[in-house]
Amino acid sequence: MTMQQNPAKATGIGASVKRVEDYRFLTGRGRYTDDMNKPGQLHAFIVRSPHAHATIVSIDTTEAEQAPGVHTVITGAEMKAAGIGSLPCGWLIKSKDGMAMKEPPHLPLAADKVRYVGDQVAVVVAETLNQAKDAAELIAIEYDELPATVATATAAGATGAPVHDEAPDNVCYDWEWGDKAKTDEAFAKAAHVAKLDLVNNRLIPNAMEPRAAIGEYDRGSEEYTLTTTSQNPQLIRLLLCGFTMGLPEHKVRVVAPDVGGGFGSKIYHYAEEVIVVFAARKLGRPVKWTAERTESFMSDAHGRDHVTHVELAMDDAGTFLGLRVNTTANMGAYLSTFSSCIPTILYATLLSGQYKTPAIYAEVKAVFTNTVPVDAYRGAGRPEACYLIERIVDVAARQTGIDKAELRRRNFITPEMMPYDTPVGLQYDSGDFARNLNDALEMIDYAGFPARKAEAASRGKLRGIGFASYIEACGIAPSNVAGALGARAGLYDSAEVRFHPTGSVSVMVGVHSHGQGHETTFAQIVAERLGVPMDKVEIVHGDSARTPFGMGTYGSRSLAVGGMAMMKAIDKVIAKSKKIAAHLLEASADDIEFADGTFRVAGTDKTIGIAEIAGAAYIPHNYPLDELEPGLDEQAFYDPKNFTFPNGTQICEVEIDPETGITKIIRFVAVDDFGRVINPMIVEGQVHGGLVQGIGQALLENCVYDEDSGQLLTGSFMDYTMPRADDVPSFEVKTNEVLCTTNALGVKGCGEAGTIGGAACVMNAVCDALDIAHMDMPASPERVWRTLRDKQAPMAAE
Amino acid sequence: MALSVSMTVNGKAVTVSVAENALLVDVLRQTLNLTGTHVGCDTSQCGACTVHVNGRSVKSCTMLAAQADGAEVTTIEGLAAADGTLHPMQAAFKEHHGLQCGFCTPGMVMSATDLARVNPTASEDEIREWLEGNICRCTGYHNIVKAVKDGLGAMSATRQAAE
Repeated sequence: MTMQQNPAKATGIGASVKRVEDYRFLTGRGRYTDDMNKPGQLHAFIVRSPHAHATIVSIDTTEAEQAPGVHTVITGAEMKAAGIGSLPCGWLIKSKDGMAMKEPPHLPLAADKVRYVGDQVAVVVAETLNQAKDAAELIAIEYDELPATVATATAAGATGAPVHDEAPDNVCYDWEWGDKAKTDEAFAKAAHVAKLDLVNNRLIPNAMEPRAAIGEYDRGSEEYTLTTTSQNPQLIRLLLCGFTMGLPEHKVRVVAPDVGGGFGSKIYHYAEEVIVVFAARKLGRPVKWTAERTESFMSDAHGRDHVTHVELAMDDAGTFLGLRVNTTANMGAYLSTFSSCIPTILYATLLSGQYKTPAIYAEVKAVFTNTVPVDAYRGAGRPEACYLIERIVDVAARQTGIDKAELRRRNFITPEMMPYDTPVGLQYDSGDFARNLNDALEMIDYAGFPARKAEAASRGKLRGIGFASYIEACGIAPSNVAGALGARAGLYDSAEVRFHPTGSVSVMVGVHSHGQGHETTFAQIVAERLGVPMDKVEIVHGDSARTPFGMGTYGSRSLAVGGMAMMKAIDKVIAKSKKIAAHLLEASADDIEFADGTFRVAGTDKTIGIAEIAGAAYIPHNYPLDELEPGLDEQAFYDPKNFTFPNGTQICEVEIDPETGITKIIRFVAVDDFGRVINPMIVEGQVHGGLVQGIGQALLENCVYDEDSGQLLTGSFMDYTMPRADDVPSFEVKTNEVLCTTNALGVKGCGEAGTIGGAACVMNAVCDALDIAHMDMPASPERVWRTLRDKQAPMAAE
Repeated sequence: MALSVSMTVNGKAVTVSVAENALLVDVLRQTLNLTGTHVGCDTSQCGACTVHVNGRSVKSCTMLAAQADGAEVTTIEGLAAADGTLHPMQAAFKEHHGLQCGFCTPGMVMSATDLARVNPTASEDEIREWLEGNICRCTGYHNIVKAVKDGLGAMSATRQAAE
């Protein structure tokens, strides 16, 4: 280390740089959608269905329209007559028989039927929100109630009124993946078969910022602006223009300013985005809508909700021979933007986990129910896959008597087998699974566990230890492969790197940050690669008028895809700069070397800094104008060659109080391989947050509907158990960097990992503590207490 | 019926005309344009709206603006020094990466600074219990707890230095 080190290095790749976005958030200067008020702004209140399933007989808005302050009342009939289209689904899944999935229309305002409690029926726009709410009370809606279909397991073929006439049996698709014959063969020769029925409970994402949207229309310029709580503003613009409203894309700007968490729930094109733009155009005034939390509960897309049967075939030594999975996945009442690909492409392709299971076959039936639409929630399909794999492996260990760590180790794919083609369509590029497990075992002191269990028993507590060795697939790609699998959008991303004449840099990216810290992490990469001080680098995101077309942030793709687009744009900037430097230094471009922000003629002391190059590019007096355009501003798109595969092992220890059924997590360790880590501080924060969402699913969170009426019973923070500070432990985390071989940054992604393994890890520990094969999530005190009671007195429980 | 309410907000005397049923949080956000105080729920559970009223942390979604008549109110905008230097608790949140999306952060910070009044040497368990009324969906609380511990220490040191 030298004293003269480039200042960019201290903030470069691998440094825990403090976040540049923090100051505004810590001082109340963040700008979230609801913080904004546009001149002349009106307020929208949305009337939602109180019924899970009903025919709309009539809507009388006369009285409401006369109420004080009201500008308009909009119904589904008006929007339909105006040609407003259906909210589209972005992934076509085909059933076993080759038939396309059922895609019933999903109108922003229901026109004939309502299909879940919370379905949008009418909109009141008034001067103030209270006026809009008061007027909404005056709308007379007559409903003819229909029987509701609610439960996932029994929705297919349920008698009564189908959710959609287009799917009389409530089945959206009946899909398969993998090799059935080969899997059947594996089971035929198995020495042991472990079997399990499990439910992956429905969750409500609950980002802390409720969704909000402001629509604006300028009659003079015919320009539209939508400000919205979105993880992917460019995608929303595409859907608004190409599908729902048919707007001219060049006249539409979509802005996603500071966004208060997403976790998947802010990916989708929601009805409210169409509603505020439609109302703004109709009235010529800005129209704002902000969800109350209760509305969030009944209108944000939910997550998970699978009912699964899984079987694992093994030989005598516990070697996995085959895996068979049958899942019913609840889509809710309509197909949300990415809903169809979550329990299929993002689920069944991950069923190999970290194991060399040679034969896998999965069947997935997606059903419609009279519940909120279900879509990606942090992890999206992959936590569901991990949960069933890691649960069945523990059941297998229990059944065969093989130690849980040993059984995993025996079946791990090894580094020597990389790249490894799984039987479910993926090629893992890299990873050292055994090393992660071994490190985690050491951190938790696995050898000392029996003594800790005995000590806990002496205090009347049940202690258990649980593992989750997870792998996930991030940065879905390449676009043409995804397209062949049914994707209706591209999966590349984009970036523009713009030097300003005085040497500072703006980088416009197509991905979006809503807590992930891109403004810091991306700037670190730019600073290191270009040798520019980090405080001279600005990352711009979330505004379709300022950024190139990108697909946004989800599936841990921002760095692996968006970061790589930025790297390509940086390379273009350096390549052009070399030509400029060659001209200024009177050398051949081939002889120019670039390091730490300085261009040098190889083997000489002739140098020029990149800021001077930028100046020369914008004031091109001494410049090769015949060969080179002025300016230093380069754009790139990047379409990845493959997914990336973050992986790791989590281990936790729990203690259960048999008197109360309360589960306390005593320790939680996580060893993760995210490839190259840019900012360890931020990465650790992502792991902590992800783990708590996994723990939340395992111990606390559960979306409950009344199975007869379809009423949402967990519709507020009073009813839905969000993890709070005193529910969860501190964590011990470590990263093992095994560089990704399919992108130049070597990065794999870290945003979802904690959630992917978390629930499985905790439930494995709970089942270990209770000495049972399985119980369903959440392991709430009541359920744990009942499980113990039933176990102790199985006859009495009958 | 409009009421006239006079308060001191972030050290500045203000008199505002508010509806009888107006909540303090709505007056702060909409009338005074202090949008750092957030609304994350409708059941007084999430704590994103936490401010100080007469030196104590209060969920401003659960208090009528009229009740603040004559009170001294501090919001997140009033915590840093006049020159923009962060309050020790704000600085600790930055130092320990105690925030991600930033939405719960103002409420967390306002709640945490009030803990210094109640229990300036709070243990990790006591900090977790104190923060029970503030929900964060991003951080998993790990770094928030570290930040609050450190922030409490820094606030004590500042106080001692001043004495």
